Amino acid sequence: MNKERFGEIDVAETLVRLEGVAKSYRRGNQDIAVLDALNLNIERGDFLALMGPSGSGKSTLLNLVGGLDKPTRGSITVGDARLDQMSGGQLARWRAHHVGFVFQFYNLLGVLSAEKNVEVPLLLTKLSKAQRRKHVATALDVVGLADRARHKPSELSGGQAQRVAIARALVGDPDLLVCDEPTGDLDRSTADEILNLLQVLNRDHGKTIVMVTHDPKAAEAARQTLHLDKGKLVEAQGVAA
Amino acid sequence: MKYLPLVWAALWRRKPRTILTMLSVVVAFLLYGLLTAVNAAFNTGVELSGADRLVTTGKYSITQVLPYGYWQQVKNMDGVEQVTFASWFGGYYQEEFNFFPQFPVDPQSYFDVYSELTIDEDQLRAFVTTRTGAVVSKTLADRYGWSLGDRIPITAGIWPLADGSNSWEFDLVGIFDTRDPAARSQHEYMLMQHEYFDEARQFGQGTVGWFISQIRDPEQAGQIAQAIDAQFANSPNETRSDTEKAFNQSFLKQMGDIGLIIQSILGAVFFTLLFLTGNTMMQSVRERIGELAVLKTIGFSGGSLLMIVLAEALLLTLMAALIGLGLAAFLLPGLAENMPGFSGLALDLEAWITALLLALLLALIVGLPPALRAQRLSIVDALSEHA
Repeated sequence: MNKERFGEIDVAETLVRLEGVAKSYRRGNQDIAVLDALNLNIERGDFLALMGPSGSGKSTLLNLVGGLDKPTRGSITVGDARLDQMSGGQLARWRAHHVGFVFQFYNLLGVLSAEKNVEVPLLLTKLSKAQRRKHVATALDVVGLADRARHKPSELSGGQAQRVAIARALVGDPDLLVCDEPTGDLDRSTADEILNLLQVLNRDHGKTIVMVTHDPKAAEAARQTLHLDKGKLVEAQGVAA
Repeated sequence: MKYLPLVWAALWRRKPRTILTMLSVVVAFLLYGLLTAVNAAFNTGVELSGADRLVTTGKYSITQVLPYGYWQQVKNMDGVEQVTFASWFGGYYQEEFNFFPQFPVDPQSYFDVYSELTIDEDQLRAFVTTRTGAVVSKTLADRYGWSLGDRIPITAGIWPLADGSNSWEFDLVGIFDTRDPAARSQHEYMLMQHEYFDEARQFGQGTVGWFISQIRDPEQAGQIAQAIDAQFANSPNETRSDTEKAFNQSFLKQMGDIGLIIQSILGAVFFTLLFLTGNTMMQSVRERIGELAVLKTIGFSGGSLLMIVLAEALLLTLMAALIGLGLAAFLLPGLAENMPGFSGLALDLEAWITALLLALLLALIVGLPPALRAQRLSIVDALSEHA
């Protein structure tokens, strides 16, 4: 067991701290517990893979860390922000400035070009049009898609579309990247390219990444892997990045 | 404004559907523009009516003729400044579709009473002295390309010549206009000499259609009208006198309540449009719940999504409304040219503002339900449903 990660010893700078977090959903008259009294610290600059069988609660955990959902009990702190105490509007503003999301199916807006998709998060900032363009160009350059800026998602391969999605997640320079099965829709070699890119972002750009995956090969790209089962963390495994 | 590209792109997500919906809104606002202009043209006559003029017709119908001799009697009444008269000729120029009103009148008194009309003094003198003389409004002269000296054939609809023929001919001796260009559509007719008309017609000699009295004090209009009617009470030709405004209103009512008819048509059109546009907006938002959830994930607030969807509805209806109204404004002059009495047919500022407010209301009604749905959507549920 990784003691640091489970909060018993806390020597590195902690970016994400979950304390006694529980999450349950109401279905009909029944409360279904998804996460149960979960404690977890994620250090700044970490690249964490979350694995586990379907229904183990890993996506729920990811949603909580990303501020998409609120816990039923417990506290979630990311940086200085107590997510569990925020209103919906406050969470939206927090997400806009502190977290980037990467989805399994890219979730790009089909009617917009790659560069316009990447620009979307910046519409929530006070940046001028010229500044937004500059940031977009940089983000597309980082993911190696500067030459595809004008293409629509339908004109891109799966790997390229996922790179655009990563550029969109990066463009606001968030502290945290939350990736939900980012290689789940890609073939092996494209998946490896995406994982390499995530490693570069983690290693060279200092991004903290939390990634849910079913793929052990993908988990190998992370620095650490946690396993969830029935809403509890059951194992931690260190992997060299 | 910075969300505009997002709104614009969403609007054209399904081009054929957006174009078809826009077309239906365009047609609705085109119809609105045309019908509103027609309604306004009908009402212009009422609005521009002289407050100091009374119209005296047969008691039971405007088609009842009155004795010419009443002219002098009305002139002699207290409070009456001057009196003129006119009759309905009911003919057409060359072809039946070239219809415009023609009135046999007493030239001098007619122009005295209708002081809003302007005519060159020499031309008026020529009208007074030329038995077969006629004068036309500038709008009619322009439409048919008439100039002074032209001989204008008019086929009679009611009054044949003594020999039974319906082919009258008049010499154009004058062209009149109105001091206020906005009033032109109310004076789009031909005037001919009553004296010649009365002698040449086959029947009805010694009668006229109605009298128009100019009174000294408009506040005495009711009393003077009563006095005129009392003068001819219990005679074979009883009269009904009213202010020119009331006369014009009752004349319009004979055709039906134009305003109500137009409002009913537009009401039905816009009610149908609500369902059509509302369905498009609902469908459009339903199809992109996943995309909206992504926007919310990225950090767009529920309020921002509400505004984005409302802006989309507003853009759709406003653009279509402007195109529809623009088309109406473009078509109206052409229609006016072919519709005598409607030369002033145009969209006024009030019509534009009302239409744009209508478009705004339409956008709110059809945009609000999907916008609220977008505002309230749960990111987790939406993302898992659309994964």
